[in-house]
Amino acid sequence: MKTKVLAIDDSRTIRNLLAATLEEAGFEYVSAVDGREGVDMYEDVAPDVVITDINMPNLDGFGVIEELRGTGINSKVPILVLTTESAPEMKARARNAGATGWITKPFDDASLIFALKRVTGAAA
Amino acid sequence: MAGSIQDTFFEECEELLEATDEGLSAIEGGNHDPEVVNAVFRAVHSIKGGAGAFGLDELVAFAHRFETVFDEVRSNRMELDEPLIQLLLRSCDHLYNLVAVARDGGETDQAHHDMLIEALDKYIPEEEEDLTFEPMGLGGPIDIGAIDIPQVPTEETYQIHFRPLKDMYSTGNEPFFLFQALQEMGPLDIVLDDSELPGFDSLDPEESYLSWNLTLTTSEPRSTVEAVFEFVEGLCELSIVGAGDADADAAALAALDAAFGTAPVDLTPAAEPTAMVEETATPPFEQPAPVPTPEAQLEASGAKSSAPKAESTKSEQRGPNPTLRVDLERVDRLINAVGELIINHSMLAQQIANLDVADVRDVETELEGFKNLARDIQEGVMSIRAQPVKPLFQRMARIVREASSATSKTCKLVTEGENTEVDKTVIERLADPLTHILRNAVDHGIETPENRESANKNRIGEIRLTASHRSGSVCIEVKDDGAGVNRPRVKQIAIDKGLIPENAELTDSEIDNLLFLPGFSTAKEVSNLSGRGVGMDVVKNAVTGLGGRINITSTPGKGSTFTIILPLTLAVMDGMVVSVADQTMVVPITSIVETMRGNDDMINNLGADGTLLSIRGSFVPICDVAGALGLRKEDNDRPPGVYLLVETETGQRSALAVDDIHDQRQVVIKSLDGVCGEIAGVAAATILGDGKIAMILDPESILAASPTTAGAFDTERRMSNAS
Repeated sequence: MKTKVLAIDDSRTIRNLLAATLEEAGFEYVSAVDGREGVDMYEDVAPDVVITDINMPNLDGFGVIEELRGTGINSKVPILVLTTESAPEMKARARNAGATGWITKPFDDASLIFALKRVTGAAA
Repeated sequence: MAGSIQDTFFEECEELLEATDEGLSAIEGGNHDPEVVNAVFRAVHSIKGGAGAFGLDELVAFAHRFETVFDEVRSNRMELDEPLIQLLLRSCDHLYNLVAVARDGGETDQAHHDMLIEALDKYIPEEEEDLTFEPMGLGGPIDIGAIDIPQVPTEETYQIHFRPLKDMYSTGNEPFFLFQALQEMGPLDIVLDDSELPGFDSLDPEESYLSWNLTLTTSEPRSTVEAVFEFVEGLCELSIVGAGDADADAAALAALDAAFGTAPVDLTPAAEPTAMVEETATPPFEQPAPVPTPEAQLEASGAKSSAPKAESTKSEQRGPNPTLRVDLERVDRLINAVGELIINHSMLAQQIANLDVADVRDVETELEGFKNLARDIQEGVMSIRAQPVKPLFQRMARIVREASSATSKTCKLVTEGENTEVDKTVIERLADPLTHILRNAVDHGIETPENRESANKNRIGEIRLTASHRSGSVCIEVKDDGAGVNRPRVKQIAIDKGLIPENAELTDSEIDNLLFLPGFSTAKEVSNLSGRGVGMDVVKNAVTGLGGRINITSTPGKGSTFTIILPLTLAVMDGMVVSVADQTMVVPITSIVETMRGNDDMINNLGADGTLLSIRGSFVPICDVAGALGLRKEDNDRPPGVYLLVETETGQRSALAVDDIHDQRQVVIKSLDGVCGEIAGVAAATILGDGKIAMILDPESILAASPTTAGAFDTERRMSNAS
């Protein structure tokens, strides 16, 4: 079974980069174009790990984490934040909401895969 | 792969820049809606994110400044006043340049770049001026890549004590995966310490009791080992003790300290055989949980966290319908195929008509259906190529801004009909002529603010750019409220340059249209803006090259209007099939107002060779198409005429005399470029149902070529006044 990643990012460029990187590394890749779509499709996709941007239309990354960890969905899978933001209070907010890790853009492939392995134990 | 992703990035950049431009323009227009402001922020943010992925540092740095300033605005810490809006607009323009340079190579205007950066920096609060990216990690910054750890080729053994706090389990972090990551680095010995585990009765399922002592032997540097625990900083007690790697530790610590800007700790390797990193104790890693009023932060940053708010914007913000990106070439192949299909249909129809069959009605009904389907397909394909003129217009707003600042005039561009859809090629090829017209309007049309004031006009000049559909064509209008064409000067220049004879009697409109003559330029000295050695004739050529027309009207003191009329599509049009001197020709339906069969009573002679057609009390000059094209000797034996009343975009009417009208049908336009060059009076060619080639006429240029109508509207006016 491949590890399934749900990536939520409003930038097509980032989605493409993620798709290329993750698929090459042997992950299964599903993407959503904003937070709302990501949360809506979460249960159908049933990913092993979620990667989300922070600044997005409709529902931002904090909202995504809150809704996924909230009682409605009650997700237990790791959620990695992937964003250009790096302010400590932002990170704290994400962590308080239940984010597993924080990756700052621009990301390099190796760090991203390394991070994914650490949170999912993926053999990929 | 990387190349195509980068291409997508540049495509996306274009869209994001357009969104930025649009948002800023809305803000400039007084719309300070938080959603508009947020959209601009996100767009620039996305540009920065993508640019970072491709190492476009200059673009990243500039976008970051833009974003930082805009974040101040977004969080209401800074007021959006006019100078700031202008600065942001110019910065957005500069972003376009930076993206273009990143994509196509070339140079940015360094002075301009520095000037904008300096201006933006004035708006950036001091503590936010750190423009470097911070690395991964929820707790604090550890840059694995940036910190220069001396390579330690020898293996090290680390004693790691790891005790998760209960919070760690609520963030989706799993200890075993961390161990797994460690195990990949080398032999790992894991010892579980369950001594804190209480009796079953007093066990709190939410609490964390377990800890681990790990022994890892690896050749990886310490930073890599630390990086494994990066996400759980502050969520666990952690100590990593290396044996005999004091040098590396000291270097790592020094580097970490340097990275954090904390006071350097003097760690003498000799004094401390085993350096220890107590991460939970180091200030930068402190538990980030007690954040001052996260809710307040949230409000202040304008971010929305509440689901209902997100819900409310969901439907409208979900964006337009899903889109599919297709190579233009594929669409063009389809268009060609549809063209052939239409020709094929006419041929089929012709063949059926030629068949010697008594009753072809059923076949004809089916054929009619075929024709309708073909038209549907054609319209569908055309609509794929059609795009709104909005991006083009937004680019023009930029041109006007640049032109205004270069000429120290104040102008604003008002656009209308931005959603008018036009063929993609037309949009692309319209950019240069429009740019030229707008620069001209700013440079020559709009007066200086002082002159405007003394003429009782608003100091700010207005240029109105409008797009609209007008009966099968697209009309683009550029209207300025400047001084209008200086007719005496234009005429004098034309005479000086030998473009018209000295004693030429010209109407106002004819003088205005002198601007389009090759080699005409009214600027006294070549200005650095609209000069450049190209005149309006280049604009005219570009427009006629698209099968369109351009003309100018002007009112002294009130301004000028350039009108560009373009065909909706470049591939197929509705035409009237006529015969002229035994040849079959096609006249575009869009230029025909009315058709009529004339009799001798309606024809009036005027002068030696002029003839006028009398229609319901008014007179229009007659132009014999065969004569104008040189297909027949002048007036040998004029056949009982059929007249096509045509109207040029200046409103002049003329009657084109042809021999007969056969049909009205869709024809596929086949360009004559590269086949036989430009022929006066002929716009293109087409293939008819019988397989014959027919010329598509250009009424305007026929009228211009014909001696009887060349200056005829003057005559027309005289005659209608007389009647």
